[in-house]
Formats: sequence, structure tokens, C-alpha cells
Amino acid sequence: MATETALTAKQILSEPGAPVIVFDHVVLAFDDKVVLKDVSFTLIKGHTKIILGASGSGKSTALKIVVGLLKADSGVVWVNGQRVDQLGERDLMGVRSDLGMIFQEGALFDSLTVRENVGYKLYEETDLPLEQIDRRVQEVLGFIGLSEHIDKMPSELSGGQRRRVAIARAISFRPSIMLYDEATTGLDPITATTVDDEMIKLRDLENVSSIIVTHQLRDAFYVAEHMAERDANGKVRVVPATAEKEREAEFIMLRDGIIVFEGGADALRSSKDPYIRQFLS
Amino acid sequence: MLSLLERRLKKAALEVQEYLGLVRLAIQGTFSRPFYRHDIVEQFDLIGWGSLTVVLLAGLFTGMALASQSGLTLDQFGARPVVGRLVSASMIKELGPVLTALMLTGRVGSGIAAELGSMVVTDQINALRALGTDPMRKLVVPRVLAGIFMAPALTVVSDFIGVLGGWLVARYQLQVNSSLYWASVTKGLYMNDVWMGLSKPFVFGFLIATIACHVGLRTGGGTAGVGKATTVSVVAGSVAVIAADFFVTQIFIGLLY
Repeated sequence: MATETALTAKQILSEPGAPVIVFDHVVLAFDDKVVLKDVSFTLIKGHTKIILGASGSGKSTALKIVVGLLKADSGVVWVNGQRVDQLGERDLMGVRSDLGMIFQEGALFDSLTVRENVGYKLYEETDLPLEQIDRRVQEVLGFIGLSEHIDKMPSELSGGQRRRVAIARAISFRPSIMLYDEATTGLDPITATTVDDEMIKLRDLENVSSIIVTHQLRDAFYVAEHMAERDANGKVRVVPATAEKEREAEFIMLRDGIIVFEGGADALRSSKDPYIRQFLS
Repeated sequence: MLSLLERRLKKAALEVQEYLGLVRLAIQGTFSRPFYRHDIVEQFDLIGWGSLTVVLLAGLFTGMALASQSGLTLDQFGARPVVGRLVSASMIKELGPVLTALMLTGRVGSGIAAELGSMVVTDQINALRALGTDPMRKLVVPRVLAGIFMAPALTVVSDFIGVLGGWLVARYQLQVNSSLYWASVTKGLYMNDVWMGLSKPFVFGFLIATIACHVGLRTGGGTAGVGKATTVSVVAGSVAVIAADFFVTQIFIGLLY
């Protein structure tokens, strides 16, 4: 007689090494243009997937399919154990409650203050007490170092500050998966590093799984090769990653809708593929 | 190879299909949770109270011009004293509803299309969806409800101020006795005319808001697209109002007269 109980999907997904996102033979075309030809990848819990590629290669499209903003023409997409390619808009709300997404340029609501933007989901879509939401908003703004801007409008912020507020908005409801769509594009190197540090802190201190879409090689390698840790005083530092940590960051390169590379930072750097060499130069 | 006409017809059919889809979702969102009460109240204020000034001005000058012009014509028949009847009937049956709707198309329709279009091109609509909010319920339903209920309210205001403007001209330019004017205003009003004049704005308000929301949410092409969406919203809204005026009038004539 069997004595062990089958694990629930939730239990399976909470174990280390569990896949939180599975993209399986996904195809998407807009009219005659095929954007994703046959894309497959898996994101493991707590790990980072960095999707590189030139403009128009399908990177952002892949992210939008994960969160259900676009529907694939064929293929299977699993997010936290649910088939998002089969869900309607109403059912996708449940999936999105565990996904935080950063859009290019931040996509902050320009008629709302920073406070209202960061706490948007908590104010609008939950029944939490206002004091609790305000405390959470203060907490996340403190995490990204923008507490003093809480009552400003997005138009009063710099580009880098808007991206960081967008990150604060996305993490306010504690998602376990973060999706970054060109989060550092258009920023100066110093500001971009600040945003990269937020991504690293979330991944390593909050155990958030991440997909980072970018064509900025500098930021891609920075995130893959650094990690966040607390020192003896509890202060957070971003330091070069250990070998084990580096293995948790994997690169995917998309070209014309197909994956032409999948592997770690070292394998990417030492690739002999002419397109990859040209991309990295 | 499809001919140009076939392509245009296909495109038009697709637009109508998408528009009807938006209307269906808006109706669903009106009668099922969640409701965004704060946004509904805000839109009632922006569309209703915010349009009051332009509606007052349009109604006043329309009534005055109507009295002026009709006074001259009625003079030929020695019927100047009944100018009030003509002003009230014209304002309440046609000019009040249609001109108010056209003012709303320009002010409110363009604003809705521009706002929603800007949100589309800056990914704010996608951000709303990613944060678990249905843009239909949050953005479209409040605007449609405000359009449906504020258009009739503003039309009543426009009708009243138009009749009042007509009195000003009748009293001080046409030298018509005030009591004669107001007596002819009420004498010339039939309940059928009032029903028609008060029913049309509900239809107009619905059309203005839904067309503006549809055009705004389908904006593409960056800031140039937003400008184009604004123009399309005003033109399409205006044509829809004028066309709907004809059809609604025919329906009411068939039902009531």
C-alpha cells in the first residue's frame, strides 16, 4: 500500500530547483512577420535568465507572453504551475499577482504621485488597511533609496529615478518572479548600475526569480557576475559573485526569433559564433 | 491581391467588430464587480462639471442667434410674439441635444482619446494589466457612465440657457413682451418633444464616450498616433452624433407622433 502522499503543485514549486517559468516551443507572428519562431527555455526558482538580442529579435515579446499581455500562436507557457497560454484575462489576474514587471521607461502612471504609483496594486486591488499599505510603500521606497520623493509626480523625477520607482511598484506586493524589460536602456552608466544593484538585491536578498531582457551587455554581465550580501553590520553590499552564484545566471541570445545561444557568462564570452562575436564586440 | 476597396471594407468591418467588443466589455463591467467608484465620481466631475462653461456659452449664444434669426422671419407673417415657441421647440427637440453633444465631442471626446492614447503609447495600459487591473473597468466604464448621464444633464442646462438667451433677444431686440415670450415657450412645448429631447442625449453621450475610448485604446505610432487618435475621435464622434440624431428622431416620430 502506498504511504507517501503526492506533493501538491504548490509544494513542488516551493522546492529549490523547481521551474517557475517554462516556455515550450512558443511561436508568435504579427501578420506576416514571425517574431518568435520556436523558443523554449526554463527559469528555475531563485535563478536569473538574461535574454540578449538586437532590437526586434523578440525579447520583449517573450516577456509579454509570460505575463499574458500577448498570446502565443502556438506552444505552451507555464508560470507557477499554470498554463497562461490557455487562461482568459480574468484568470490571468491570479497569475499576475505573483509577477512583477518593469517596462521600458518605467510606465509610471503620470497622473499619480510616487506614493500612489508604488502602492497602486495594494490600494486598488486589495482590502489591506491604508496604514499597512503606507508602511509597505515607505519600506519599498526605502529599499530603493527614494523615500524623500514619495509625494512627487513622475514628471519631477529623472529617468533613473522613474525606473527605480517602477521597480518599487513592482515589488510592493512581494512577487516571487520579476520581469525586467530593458530596465536600464537609455540610462547613463552610473544610474544603470544603481538599477542593476536593485535587481541583484531583490534576487539575492528576497530570493526573487528574474528574467532580464536587455541589449546592454555591460548591465547583463554586471548582474550575472555580482551578488548582494549583508555584512556583519547588516549593511547590504554588492560584491563579485561566487562561482556557484554565477551559475545561477544564464544567458539566452535571440536572433530573428530563435535562440542562438544558451549558457553562462564565460561560455558566452568564449563563443566562436560570428554573430555572437559581433554582438559582444 | 485584394483591391483597395476590399481592404478598406475589411478594415472598417474590423473596426466595427472591435468597437462592439469594447461596448460589450463596458456593459459587462458596469454590471459586475469590481467597481472603481472613485474613478466614476471623478469622471462625472470632469465630464459634467468641467463641461458646464462651454455648454452654457454654446446654449446661450445659440438661443440668442435663433431668436434673432427667427424673429426676422416671423415678422413677415406678423407672428413675432410666438418667437418663444420656436426657440423652445428648436432648442429642446434638436439644437440643445445636438449642439451640447458636439461640444462634448470636442472637449470630452478629444480629451479621452488623447489621455488613453498617451497611456497606450507609454505602456501604462500594459502596466495596469500587469498589476491586475482591467483597463475596461478602470478607464472605460467610468467614462462611459459619465458620458451617458452627464450629457442629458448638460443638455437640460443648455436648453434652459438657450431659451433664456432667446428671451434676452426677444425682450430687448425684438421688443416682445416678456410674459408673451414665456407664455409662448410653455405653450409650444409638448411632452413628446420633451421625451425626444431628453432621450437623445443618453444615446449621444454613450456614442461620444465609447468612440473616444475605442479610438484611444487602439492608438499606435507614438505621439503622432495620439494626435491622429484625437482628431479621429472628434470627427467620428461628431458624425456619429449627427447620424444618430436622424435615426433616433425617426424612431421617436414613429413611436410618439
